[in-house]
Amino acid sequence: MTQKNRLQDGGRIDRSKALTFTYNGKKYTGFEGDTLASALLANGVDIIGRSFKYSRPRGIVAAGAEEPNAIMQVGATEATQIPNVRATQQSLYGGLVAGSTNGWPSVDNDMMGLVGKVGGKMMPPGFYYKTFMYPKSMWETYESFIRKAAGLGRAPKENDPDIYDKMNQHCDVIIVGAGPAGLAAALTAARAGARVIIADEQNEFGGSLLSSTELLDGKPAAEWVADVVKELSTYDDVLMLPNSQVNGYHDHNFLTIQQHCTDQFADRAPNGQVAQRYHRVRAKWVVLATGAHERPLVYGNNDVPGCMVANAVSTYINRYGVVPGKNLVLMTSNNNAYRTALDWHDAGRNVVAIVDSRKNPQGTFVDAARERGISIMVGSGVIEAHGSKRVTGVSIAPLNDAGDAVVGPIIKMAADTVASSGGWSPVIHLSCHTGSRPVWNDDILGFVPGTTYQKQLTAGAINGSFTTEQALAEGVSAAADALTHLGMTKKDVVLPKAETIEEGKAMALFHIPHTKPTSKAPKQFVDYQNDVTASGIELACREGFESIEHVKRYTAMGFGTDQGKLGNINGMAIAAKMLNQTIPQTGTTIFRPNYTPVTFGAIAGRDCGALFDPERYTAMHAWHVERGAKFEDVGQWKRPWYYPQGNETMQQALDRECLATRKSVGILDASTLGKIDIQGKDAREFLGRVYTNAWAKLPVGKCRYGLMCGEDGMVFDDGVTSCLAENHFLMTTTSGGAARVLSWLEIYHQTEWPELEVFFTSVTDHWSTMTISGPNSRKLLEKLTDYDVSKENMAFMDWKPMTVAGVPARVFRISFTGELSFEINVQANYGMHVWKALFEHGEEFNLTPYGTETMHILRAEKGFIIAGQDTDGSVHPFDLGMSWAVSMQKPFSFIGKRGMQREDCVRENRKQLVGLKTIDPKAVLPEGAQGVLDPKAPIPMPMVGHVTSSYWSANLNRSVAMGFVKGGLDKMGERVFYPLADGRVIEAEICSPVFLDPKGERQNV
Amino acid sequence: MFHIYCPHCCEYREEEEFHAAGQSHIARPLDPDACTDKEWGEFMYFRANPRGIHHELWVHAAGCRKYFNVTRDTQTYEINEVYKVGEQPTVVANAIQSK
Amino acid sequence: MSDVTVAESKLVTKQLPEADIVGESPLHHADLASVSQHGPKEGGVYFHERKLQGLLTLRCVPSAEQLSQIESLLGAALPMEPLTSVTTDAVSIRWISPDEWLIIVAGEQAFDLETRFYESMTGHYSLVNISGGTTIFDVSGSQVVNMLKKSTPVDLHPREFPVGKVVSTVFAKSGVTICRLEDDKYELVVRRSFADYLWLWIQDASREYGLVVKA
Repeated sequence: MTQKNRLQDGGRIDRSKALTFTYNGKKYTGFEGDTLASALLANGVDIIGRSFKYSRPRGIVAAGAEEPNAIMQVGATEATQIPNVRATQQSLYGGLVAGSTNGWPSVDNDMMGLVGKVGGKMMPPGFYYKTFMYPKSMWETYESFIRKAAGLGRAPKENDPDIYDKMNQHCDVIIVGAGPAGLAAALTAARAGARVIIADEQNEFGGSLLSSTELLDGKPAAEWVADVVKELSTYDDVLMLPNSQVNGYHDHNFLTIQQHCTDQFADRAPNGQVAQRYHRVRAKWVVLATGAHERPLVYGNNDVPGCMVANAVSTYINRYGVVPGKNLVLMTSNNNAYRTALDWHDAGRNVVAIVDSRKNPQGTFVDAARERGISIMVGSGVIEAHGSKRVTGVSIAPLNDAGDAVVGPIIKMAADTVASSGGWSPVIHLSCHTGSRPVWNDDILGFVPGTTYQKQLTAGAINGSFTTEQALAEGVSAAADALTHLGMTKKDVVLPKAETIEEGKAMALFHIPHTKPTSKAPKQFVDYQNDVTASGIELACREGFESIEHVKRYTAMGFGTDQGKLGNINGMAIAAKMLNQTIPQTGTTIFRPNYTPVTFGAIAGRDCGALFDPERYTAMHAWHVERGAKFEDVGQWKRPWYYPQGNETMQQALDRECLATRKSVGILDASTLGKIDIQGKDAREFLGRVYTNAWAKLPVGKCRYGLMCGEDGMVFDDGVTSCLAENHFLMTTTSGGAARVLSWLEIYHQTEWPELEVFFTSVTDHWSTMTISGPNSRKLLEKLTDYDVSKENMAFMDWKPMTVAGVPARVFRISFTGELSFEINVQANYGMHVWKALFEHGEEFNLTPYGTETMHILRAEKGFIIAGQDTDGSVHPFDLGMSWAVSMQKPFSFIGKRGMQREDCVRENRKQLVGLKTIDPKAVLPEGAQGVLDPKAPIPMPMVGHVTSSYWSANLNRSVAMGFVKGGLDKMGERVFYPLADGRVIEAEICSPVFLDPKGERQNV
Repeated sequence: MFHIYCPHCCEYREEEEFHAAGQSHIARPLDPDACTDKEWGEFMYFRANPRGIHHELWVHAAGCRKYFNVTRDTQTYEINEVYKVGEQPTVVANAIQSK
Repeated sequence: MSDVTVAESKLVTKQLPEADIVGESPLHHADLASVSQHGPKEGGVYFHERKLQGLLTLRCVPSAEQLSQIESLLGAALPMEPLTSVTTDAVSIRWISPDEWLIIVAGEQAFDLETRFYESMTGHYSLVNISGGTTIFDVSGSQVVNMLKKSTPVDLHPREFPVGKVVSTVFAKSGVTICRLEDDKYELVVRRSFADYLWLWIQDASREYGLVVKA
């Protein structure tokens, strides 16, 4: 494989290290130090994609993050696919596999190309906008067509095997960009002892210095870069991040950086290493030294491969030893771009002409071009490029002084490359991320950062200070300012002497006129990636869009991954002219994070797979796993759901667990219940304020159930609280509500009633809680304790300290099943010991472990509610038929009391919780089913409430259910109907929710 | 991502350690039962939504678990001051702005 | 000393069984002893579960009198400066909040300490045994800071986080209390139910540096 455009020497590539890569199925060779883009250009690959809308062939136009066309799908295997990679930012490595994102079936022979030729008419600007206004069915037709044609890259279909992670960083100064300004700033800050992070998107530090022929102190600039990098690497508190794109600048100097660790060197990360790392940086000060992007000029057919940004051509020559053509036409409105013609000429290739829009260009580079005998055509512009898959020639015409009309005959010239420059646009994206509006600077014909509330400084080309001399000086002074703010002392930094360059005055030129009006001229592209043309912007303005933000949305200019890096200023200039305004009057659209696309892998980091979300385990978890439990997620807890045996179905397991518990004894791991230790002389008063019922007289040794409401009077949690001592209580909460309840208690204590002497401490994790329930639970407990647990000594709702299986325990005689129950609490490190001991003695009682589902069934048989299942934030205790749990007589107006007395809360016909007894005892109502009183009523039927809990009860050999019915508590015995999606209508009788043992005789034994 | 000074821990911490808990200085009526439905509704549901200076209650949820007040500019996201529960802000919107 | 003190104001109960019943720490199932025996001996991050310690939460807005009572009970003065700690051979005290401290003693001493507090401390306070709900991970090594930087947003630079500093903060998607014990050694106090998740997280975050488990 020949690299036909590669120079014999020069550049920062290592010609001794050839690397083979595959592009669109074909093998090529490049060198270490290449980017994918430079290697493709070296190999003479002209077409790297098809355009989004018109499917026109496109080539590489730039050399950095601003590249709009060379958007690649990279990855050697399905699992390692990465979409939307800029070829200009992807380091070449051996074995790299890349393909064009757009182009179907292939970029060279694109069936869509035909459509593209007519597609211009079919898809005008505002296409999406207009399409959306038509019937939705039309959009769906278009969408599949567009998606297929556009091919916006694709995600891998297999799991990415690589590690992406995140790291939190803090520093005194972060410097974004390691060009001359950034390096000078870093050196200044580092020498003063500051904690510095310097990040740059390129694989090497140096920025523009790496791709220019400039001398510093009379030596190649890269030597100074190497010296600075070497010195920086000696400081412990300097973190240097090459291959790292600062993608977002967020509030309070928080920046996000995507670091390419190994994906710049290999398709897959070596074992254990991190492919990409996302740095989350909090910086005391930020120095933006992000440089500038050169603006191409807008002219006819300016998207034909071979049309490039001038400075990019220089970069390929100087940095990569690649001359991307033979015959160059350079079009410029400024002196700076002359360097490209000089570089091209010095590489031994032919400069056809420099076409300068100005009448009388003067300055250092102009003189140099004249010395080399390069033809300069002044007062002229390239109005059109010729060719389809590669530039074959150009049309050049004289322009008027304003540069907006052709004023003379067209000259055609043969050429294969057109480099253009309309000046430089400071890279202000990051400074805009925090909402700062940029301001127009007429001297440099570009926007520069505006005022900001962030602790942000800027240096170099971002300020419009385009010379190396200025950049170095501003780097030092920005760092010095930061040091002053930080109270640190600047040490001496001696800057190298840059060459003195005489720059002439540039001309404000954006859009090259054609002999035809813009709407009839060959397409003049402003935004390559989104296929936005000058005529499209003019059309938008003609159609009445006056705000640049609207023009952007109408045309799609600066959309997507491009974020207007190359095209925005040209687009605004064209709009401004149409609107008879200046550019600052027209304003600019705002740039948003991210600067370039970030992989989902980097965003997700390690929060995936087993680490996606914490799984919380109780002390008996290993036992449940061994026993084959199926688990249910309750918040972050993994709770046993049921314990299937053999080939049991879920329902069979539940039936067995339910029957065994009511017949003999079952055991539940209830450790996940929230537990809060409450101490202080005002603990009792506090409980009275946060619960709806009375606590003033609960004696030591007793437990009581309580409902907790919000100020709106709606139930949000419930649980049993026990009086451990006069000023000492243990509150339990629902498993999912533990953290919320603790916060609830704290916010009231801290903000409303700080005078109350009370402290709350979470002890959820400290106690393992196991509930033995069933007629034989006492007998089982007696096997493990010497304590007298008889009814006489330990009544229902008593708690007692005792020793269980040798472990000190607090045992609560409370019941959520309606059976005789003991809730055994032991220090969690001994939970497993006691649990196993219970099973050692449980065999004769057929001790059966049961999970959350059986717990739900057993409590539903008893009509006990579950906060969060039978409540939804819109029901108060009276709706639940739980007036017994509300004491309106308490002296303090408890939380929820006033709320539940609002007009809406006391009206007739509120939805109330009732039991639902299906007429067909075998029919189990689906939870969530909506009830109606007349199933024959016309649709939409008036709905009266939904089913909240519904189960098959093996103990009762029928279904049991609870649900809301409007005015249900006064409708006992009446019928309600549940029409289901499958056409069935289940009929149920409204009844008490207590299906089993209404007198409570089973638990009170 | 805010950087918030906790007045109890006496240092800046990352926003992910904190939770916002709504508008500050909304005192629970001392005698809720005496409130009309309108007064109660205003206490419950009506909150300021200013463009500019705003006083917010935050809690250092992952840290000291203490609630405190933050004066924040809703336009620039600048935090002007933090102060403890029971204290009054020193940075306040002027009357014209708050209208 | 009675095993159970149910008195007027507060309840203090002995919670540990006789010595023949061995407690299971939150990472019991991970069998760290055999991991340490068979796993790598060198690496960038070292991990040790300091298990079955006595941990207590002290809540108090201490008066001068209470401060001196506490000092004599603990044998060390309560650290009143935010984010500071005291570590002696017998006791570690970690500032958690202006009215909260974490006290770490040997496992079997928690009940004794609770009892002595109950007997001699006056005024409003609470002392709650949280030993069963808490364990301690000691992490150390040359790369331990990098592992921590993947896990917590707190600034760990020695200038900001000197030895002895203690913070309660976010750790992965859970929370921990971090105390810097030595230049490259940190104590992480973690909740029992999150211990397994955090152990998995630390293994993962340490992978590129090499993880050594110490028994």
